[in-house]
Parts: sequence; C-alpha cells; structure tokens
Amino acid sequence: MTLRALKDAAITALVALGLFVPLVGLRTDVGPSGELVLRQRWGDVVILVALAFVGRLALLGWRGWRGDPKPASAARTEALRKAGLFVAPVLLGLAVLLPFIPGTGRYELDLGILVLTYVMLGWGLNIVVGLAGLLDLGYVAFYAVGAYSYALLATTFGLSFWICLPLAGLLAAFWGVLLGFPVLRLRGDYLAIVTLAFGEIIRVVLLNWVSLTNGPNGISGIPRPTFFGLTFSMSGEPDTFAGFFGIEPSPVHRVIFLYYLILGLALLTNWVSIRLRRQPLGRAWEALREDEIACRALGINVTTTKLTAFALGAMFAGIAGSFFATRQGFISPESFTFIESAIILAIVVLGGMGSQIGIAIAALVMIGGFEVFRDLDEWRMLVFGGAMVLIMVARPRGLVGHRTPSVVLRERRAIGAEHVAEGHG
Amino acid sequence: MAYALQQLINGISLGMIYGLIAVGYTMVYGIIGMINFAHGDIFMVGAFVALISVVMLVSGGIMDGPAAILIVLLVSMCVTALYGWTVERIAYRPLRGSFRLAPLISAIGMSIVLQNYVQVAQGARVKPIDAVLPGGITVIDSEAFIVQFSYMQMLIIAVTLGVLAIFTWLVTRTPLGRAMRACEQDRRMASLLGIDTDRTISLTFVIGASLAAVAGTLYLLRYGVIDFYIGFLAGVKAFTAAVLGGIGSLPGAVLGGLLIGLIETFWSAYFSVQYKDVAAFSILVLVLIFMPTGLLGRAEVEKV
Repeated sequence: MTLRALKDAAITALVALGLFVPLVGLRTDVGPSGELVLRQRWGDVVILVALAFVGRLALLGWRGWRGDPKPASAARTEALRKAGLFVAPVLLGLAVLLPFIPGTGRYELDLGILVLTYVMLGWGLNIVVGLAGLLDLGYVAFYAVGAYSYALLATTFGLSFWICLPLAGLLAAFWGVLLGFPVLRLRGDYLAIVTLAFGEIIRVVLLNWVSLTNGPNGISGIPRPTFFGLTFSMSGEPDTFAGFFGIEPSPVHRVIFLYYLILGLALLTNWVSIRLRRQPLGRAWEALREDEIACRALGINVTTTKLTAFALGAMFAGIAGSFFATRQGFISPESFTFIESAIILAIVVLGGMGSQIGIAIAALVMIGGFEVFRDLDEWRMLVFGGAMVLIMVARPRGLVGHRTPSVVLRERRAIGAEHVAEGHG
Repeated sequence: MAYALQQLINGISLGMIYGLIAVGYTMVYGIIGMINFAHGDIFMVGAFVALISVVMLVSGGIMDGPAAILIVLLVSMCVTALYGWTVERIAYRPLRGSFRLAPLISAIGMSIVLQNYVQVAQGARVKPIDAVLPGGITVIDSEAFIVQFSYMQMLIIAVTLGVLAIFTWLVTRTPLGRAMRACEQDRRMASLLGIDTDRTISLTFVIGASLAAVAGTLYLLRYGVIDFYIGFLAGVKAFTAAVLGGIGSLPGAVLGGLLIGLIETFWSAYFSVQYKDVAAFSILVLVLIFMPTGLLGRAEVEKV
C-alpha cells in the first residue's frame, strides 16, 4: 500500500516536473535590447514538484483513512434542510443589522454591497439556470444593458434613479426576449454558446459605438441616487438627507442607503422567485428543466415558458446593473466581461442550483473570499479558479444539493441530490 | 479581385488555426458531451511553450531551417499534451457521471487557473518574437495591389493538412480511433466490450491538446506576439467553429474553422475591424437558427 502510494506520488511528481519545467523554470522577459531573454528559476520548480509529491501522498493517505465515500443519506439531506431553516433567518438578520453592528466601517459596508449585488445576480440567474434549466453563459450582457440604460438615461435626459430603475429592468427584459426568441429551438450547449456570443457582441458594441457609449473610456458622472428627493451631499442644506433629518452629514449615510437599497432589491428578487415557483409558471419552469419532451406532451407552452424565464432573469440583471451604475458613478465595458458571467454562473452552480440560501452562501464565500485575498494580487484569480475546481470536485451538486419539492402530497420531504434530474441546460 | 484573393489566403491560414483548435472541442464534446472550456487556454499554453522553445533555440543560435520549427512544434505538442492530460485528470475525471453543469463549471475554473498561472509564471506583458520565416512568393503583382502568399502561410497550411491527415488516420484506421468512436457512440456499451474508457478519454484529451499546441505554435510563428489572454477569444471562436460545423463532427470542425476564419478576414477587410468578432458570432447565431445541428452535424434523435 505504502509502496504503491509512493510510486503513485513519484509519478505525480514526474508529471509536475514536465508541467513546470518549461513554464515556471524558464521565464521569458523582455531584455535590454527589446529581445526576449530567458531567466531560469529552478528553485521554484523544485518547490512545486515537491509540493505535488507531498500533496499526492497526503491525498492518498487521506483517502485510505476515510475509506469509500458514502452517498448522502436521506436523513442527512433532511438534517441539512432543517439546518437551512435556521441559517436563512440568521443570515437575513445579520444582513439587515450589519450597518449597526459595532465595528462595521465603510469597507465592510462596501464589501456587503458587493456581495449583495452578486447575491441578487445569482438569484436572478437562478431563475434561468436553476429553475428553467437554460444554460446562460452571457448573463452579464443584461447586467450591462441595465447599467448603460441607467447611465445614458440619467446623463442624457436627466431622469431620476427611481424612474430609471424599472425602465432599466424593462429594457433588459426586452433584450432577454429578443435573445430568447432565436435561441428557443436550441439544445443545451448550443444555447450556452449563443448566449456567450451574445454577451460578447454586447460588450464589443459597447466598446466600439463611441458616439453613444463613449467606448472604452466609459460613462462617468452618473448621478447618485436620492432618498425621496434628498441628496447625500455634505453641505447640510435642508434638501440633503442629513440636513432634512437634522443629523451630522457623513459620507457613510449614502453607503448605508445603498446597502439597504441592494438588500431590498435582492430580497425582491428572492421573493419573486420563491413566489413564482409555487405558481403554474414556476412549476412549468421546473418541469421544463426536468424533461422538456414530457412538458410538451403535457401541453405546456414551451416557448412562453422559456421566454418568461429569460425575460425575468434579464430584468433582475438589468435592475442590478442600474444599481451598479449608480453606486460606481462610472461604468465602462471592462466591467462586463465574460469572467463576470462565469462568476455569477459559478455562484449559482456552487450554491446548488435552485437553492436560494445556497446561492447566497456561495456568493458570500466566493466574493467575500475574493476580497479577503486582496493582498495576493495576481495570485488572487489563480486561487479563485482553483477554488472553483476544488469545490466542484468535492461537491459536484453544489453546497446545498438537495431540493425541496414545490408541490407536496401531505408531507414535505427533501429530495436527495442524487435524485435531482440533471437539467438539460 | 487581387485584394479578395489576398484576403482568401489570409482567411484560410487563420481558419486552419481555428480548425485545429475546434477539432479538440468537437472530439471532447463527442466523447463525453461536455464543453471543454479550458481548451482555448490549452492553446495559449501551447503558444507559450513554443515561445519558450523558440527563445531557447534563438539563444543557442540554432533557430533556423525546418528542423528548428519541427523541434519547437514537437516540444510544444509534448508539454501541452501533458497539460491536457493533467487538466482532464484533475478537473474532469472526478466529475464523470455527475450532472452536466458540474464539469462545465470545473472547466471554467480550470480556464481561469491556466490563464492566471501563465500570467504569474510568465508575466502579464505581451511577448514578441522576431519573424521566424519571413518572406513569401508574390502571386499577382499588378500596379494596384500585390498579392503575397507568405512562407509562413504556406507552412500553416502544410502543417495543418499534415497534422489533420495523421489525425484522420489515427481516428479511422487504428484501434485507438476505433475505441474513441465506440466511446462516442455509447460509452457504457464500449466499456462492457472491454474498452478502457478512462484511458480512451485521457488520450482524447492528449490528442486534442497536441492539436491545440500545433495551433498555438503556428499562431505564435505567424503573428509573432502572444499574451496570456489569447486563449479566451481564440477558444470561443474555435468553439463557434465547432458548433458551426456541427459539434461532434470532425470534418465539420475544420470546415467551421475555415468558415470562421474567412468570415472574420473578409469582414475586417471590407467592413470594419472592430466588429469582426460580432460578425463571426452573428453568423453563428444565424446558422444555429436555421440549421440547429450545424453544417455537418447529425440531427439528434429525441428519445423519450
């Protein structure tokens, strides 16, 4: 056993040697005369190969010690579901109280806003991917549509944030339908690639239509939101938030306001999707995810069902986008690259598709973790990608893999992960 | 006319590169039904390994002649194949038999890892090299326009055709190819008949990665500059090519690659360079709407 493990680890080390010698051991740098020169770094290679050897040995040892993995039993699934009942209200309470918890500063609130934005996007995409089972790789396109809608409407026509918010949602939903129409006939992976292509098209257009979007320079000076017409300026005039309520002007007020705004928007998304799941439309989505042919045979209108999922998902992305625009005050096409779509999709899948609380936790872990590792600089994305692979390999069904049925006969039982149909993208 | 001919030559040589990458996508899709999202980055790794070997050969003073190019090609293929194998082993094999989105997310994660690994290991700056094979022959020399068929483009076409010929022989004539086709048709049945499916799938990744390495090497030699980000766009376009040709179909992938290359080149030449990606993707959307199975793909039979 130990001999075999050693041999296995030695092979791993050999593979690692092959992998790291060219790319790590020899680094190409631009030399003094503009030519590329090689810098040798054999020490790093030795460290990496040793790590691979030890890591493999540790993994084998751990596997031998743990024995064969047992499939999750129904009891464990049930226990998880029960725990979920407590976790959700606790998390919600924490989210509501966060601005008042002592020690919460500007940084924590900004991080909270960021996490909540991704929670909202995750919940929005969950309607498309988790409920309707349509794999969308270009979700960020609708986020971009929302952001640019608000930015352009506000800077060109001077419309207020509260008018633009639903408008941005509607515009994004309109784009969702527009994209949805042609792709309805496509099977899973074709759908994935077309949505990806659509996301890229939107970004390229935003980048190159300089007369409208100002191209790569982006749009700056986007108006900040107001609290029922009261601005958050520092002057302390009666028409400002601080002046009206007679409190000391502070830049934190706006951050707190934005925090509650995105919290409210995210909860709205959550509420709408939970509600819709119980209605015929939501049930049709889930039926569609499980088996499209059966759906058609039962007389469900597949076209409208898919289109509504696309439109609703897009609408929430659009609303989140206009929030993003007003929070940043500046947007450029750089914020809407494919990697954003990938992160949102990863949040949905890692959270366990269809599970609201799982998505919230996944967003907290991924985005929060991403911020915590800020000091790692260029290593950060490497760690992020590695974490994605690791979580997926360790828990392919996501953090919360079970599903609760939307419709029950007498008793509500959780469905174990292994029974959930795969959702043909 | 001369201008169009030049664009045709450029388009075909670009399309060949896309075709080589697309074959990797379509093979993996055919055999395990997943989008290998990291494949574009495998192509990028191939280009970087080629870059390193070129710089090494140049510093050794032996970077000329076909032998040097062959060495670069072989080194790149071997190392990149190892990367392809490792990616499959780490990120995809544990997820075999899992639900469909799991390997896709894992692949996206792997793509992020590869990109940032190369960025950390080799630096984020653009890497330029001198032209390895300058010059070419002049096909038409009218006063208005000179049509050039560069040696590099000839090399691309020759190498691609050669590699694809070997590859076709591998798939159609060898036991490995038969095993691959059997796995593609029915993996469970194939394993019941004594085919080591895990090994076959691994080899599929190895072959796909070496084709991507050829594409990466040719890309580096043709354009002379690479950075750690080239994999994404090339990967998306190659996947577009695979879908366009009908995913799962090997000749379709090459055909799709050629079409994407031609569309992109002609669009840049006659309309606008900025919107060339939009053109390629729009064609993809149009083809999928009117021919949902792609050009050479088989229509999927719906089983209830």
